[in-house]
Order: sequence, then structure tokens, then C-alpha cells
Amino acid sequence: MTAPHLLVHSRKDNVGVIVVEGVEADMELLCVVTEDDTDFTITARQAIPIGHKIALDDLTDGETVLKYGEDIGRMIADAKTGEHVHVHNLKTKRW
Amino acid sequence: MVNTESFFGYRRENGRVGVRNHVVILPVDDISNAAAEAVANNIKGTLALPHAYGRLQFGEDLELFFRTIIGTGANPNVAAVVVIGIEPGWTGRVVDGIAATGKPVTGFSIEKNGDIATVAAAARQAKEYVHWASELRREECPISDLWISTKCGESDTTSGCGANPAVGAMYDKLIPKGIHGVFGETSELTGAEHLCKARAASPEAGEKFLRTFQAYQDEVIEAHKTSDLSDSQPTKGNIEGGLSTIEEKALGNLEKIGRDVRYIDVLEPAEAPAKGPGMYFMDSSSAAAECVTLMAAGGFTVHTFPTGQGNIIGHPIVPVVKLTANPRTVRTMSEHIDLDVSGILRREMTIAESGDALAEMCVRTANGRATAAEALGHREFVMTKLYRSA
Repeated sequence: MTAPHLLVHSRKDNVGVIVVEGVEADMELLCVVTEDDTDFTITARQAIPIGHKIALDDLTDGETVLKYGEDIGRMIADAKTGEHVHVHNLKTKRW
Repeated sequence: MVNTESFFGYRRENGRVGVRNHVVILPVDDISNAAAEAVANNIKGTLALPHAYGRLQFGEDLELFFRTIIGTGANPNVAAVVVIGIEPGWTGRVVDGIAATGKPVTGFSIEKNGDIATVAAAARQAKEYVHWASELRREECPISDLWISTKCGESDTTSGCGANPAVGAMYDKLIPKGIHGVFGETSELTGAEHLCKARAASPEAGEKFLRTFQAYQDEVIEAHKTSDLSDSQPTKGNIEGGLSTIEEKALGNLEKIGRDVRYIDVLEPAEAPAKGPGMYFMDSSSAAAECVTLMAAGGFTVHTFPTGQGNIIGHPIVPVVKLTANPRTVRTMSEHIDLDVSGILRREMTIAESGDALAEMCVRTANGRATAAEALGHREFVMTKLYRSA
């Protein structure tokens, strides 16, 4: 199969992981959900480095971010579908 | 295809099997490092393990010190040991602890002798050990004689997608064949502690894990934190690689124990497992060199180290097998990588296939293949210290 641009661990997740270098704004990305091997496409709104996360839905300030189907923290700013999710808009709920 | 039913190792006096055959020059304390290194410089085929501690420690911290240093000398990757300390008391305690395995060990103390006479006497003994150890031969041993530890480092999101699940698949394959396994990194299970508790083989082991985890949170993190730890956990390297929170890091970390494995007991730092074959959790630092040193002291003989951004760690007596799924790390740091599992990200390699490949690499390493870290001379030996000395 075609190599995916991003991987998502669980259907419940609202973020995915970019697994290729060179993702730029407006690129159409092939996404594979690893738990059931299904796929879909999403458009990147900005350049995102390999290993960094992309919003799969419009995420709002305070919303819980899910990865592996589990809580990985809360949004501290909004991110639209296709935008970069990282330490500038996502924060731990611990410590 | 490499046979993963058996490997060739050195069977020691206590029945354990080593995959390396080191003659170690072991300083008891920081001020004996110079003598230990002088012996190792004089006698080829020996290895000094200098370290920073061993003076005026007390209580639980002192017990951990002795467990670590004795456990390192007792590790079956070590054929024989020369112990050097400033005075005979603690030197003798280390010698006696290692001698319980039945392996050759002799202690030397510096007071009333000075460095030069001590080095001369210790070097003569070390030379005899080198002659003896160099004639030992590997023999075929069942895979169940292999003890494989794991700890990840400079992780990124590709670790959770590829390299960590590869380690998990290796354990899912080899634990049923009777190996001993261990994982740890107490702080880096923050956010996945509920999932980790659920992976215990018994309610008792699960409760013991949760008590250990909570004690770390209460006694270390809450007692000493000055912030939300965002500058340390995730690390700067983790953040560069795309990990945003400790919870995200922890969930990826737990991928290292696969799908089917259940841990049977919770170990103190550097404690040897005593409940037979299977997986164990060790209460341990998440700093790479500290964690690998603690697991080596617990008796583990091969270490699997998945990395994302490219941690370069090794250990003096335990081969550290490095794997990554990050294609950029494969391209830019290839000399540090023993196994490339980046095919997982391209969907060219399944998780099960990556586990098979890692199991084969562990057996090849056990048989004698030098790891990247060994070839590059990485010998990080770092003891965990619990608090200030007396």
C-alpha cells in the first residue's frame, strides 16, 4: 500500500502523528488508523515536522486531547483541523 | 533466519548465563577510581568501572549503593572481579557479595599500602583472571537462560508508533519461551499508571506497582518540584521530536510491554528478580544510564533500547541494542542504530515482524555480535543516589 503521511493509534483519537518529512501547508495527507488498518485523508493547514501531531478535528481551548484512545492533556488554545498540536497549545494535566 | 530457541553464552558457577566475558576492575568508592583505572591500563582485557559514589552514604541510599555495585560484579556477563577500595571494611562487603555467585573475586584496599603497591598487587591478580577467563568457552544454552531488559530514551512520537511496540512484540514472543524481562521508568508512567496497574499478573503485583508509583510521586516529585516539570518531562529532545506531555510519553513508553505480557512482581531499584521467569517492573530512574545500570545490577544481560531522536547510550558490561522507527534518525545517526524498524511507519513492516527482527538481533548480540554502543565505546555506568550523604 501507499506509505501513509500520518498514523493514528485509535479511532477515538483527535490527533495523529506525522510520520514523513516535508509536510507543508495545503498538502493532502493519507492517514492510517493502526488499530484497525482503516484510512482517510486530511489536509494540512501548515508545515508540520515529522513526529509532530496534527489536529484531526477542530479542537478548542480546554478540550481533552486523546491519543492511544487515552487522555494526554488539555488544549490551552484553539487548533483547527489540520493544524499543528504541540506544547504551544497542549499542556499536561499532571504535576 | 536466526534461531531464537537458543544462544551461545558463558555458563557461570551459579548456573546463570552471561553473553560477555569481562574481567572487571571495580572501585568501591570515588577515590579508588584512579587505582582501578591504572590496573585496567596495565592489564589488557580488563575493564575498570569508575563511578562517583561510595563514601558516607547511609540508610536506604547505602543499601542501594551496595546492591548496585555488588549486582554489577555478580552479573553473569562478568567472569571475574578485582575490587579496590580505600579501606578493607566495605571492600570486603563488596567482595563477599560478589563471591556468593561462586565467581572468582579478590579485594584490595589502599590504606597502609598506597596506590602504587595496591595497583601492582591488583594488576598481578587481574592478569591471572585474564588468563583464566580467556580460556572459557561459549556453550549452547536454551533461550530461557536469556535475561532481557528494556528502557527507551530520547523518545519521540515514532517511539510509540514503532520502536516501542517492536520491543513489546519481542517480549510477547520470548516471554512465553521462559526468558526474564524487566521494564521500569517509574516517572515516565505518569498518565499511564492505570493501564500499567492493569497489566499485572496478580492483584498483589498491581497494588505493589501502584504503591511504588504513588510513593515516587509523593516523596520525589511533590517534595521537590518547583514547576510543572515541563522543562524536564518531556525532555527538550522529546519535545523536538513532537511529544507534548508526560501523559503522551508514558502511553508510548508502555508500548514496550506488548499486548500479552503480564508482570509478576515489582522490584526495588537494582534488585534481582526472584519469582522465576517472566516480566518484572523495576522501580527506577527514567534517566537512561541510571536505569540501564540498575537493570544490569539486577542481573539482566542484554538490554533493548528503543529511541526516537537518537539516544546514544551504552553500558560497560551489558550490550545495549539500539532500535528506532524514525527515518530521520536512521539517516542522520546510523552508526548508533542496531535495528531499523522505520518500515513500520511506511506500513512495509508489521509490528510482529519487527518483534521477530528484534528477537533475532537480541540472540545475535547474545552470541557475541558487538552492538553499535560497544563498537563506539559507550560505557555509561551511573549509579542512582537517593539523597545527600552523611
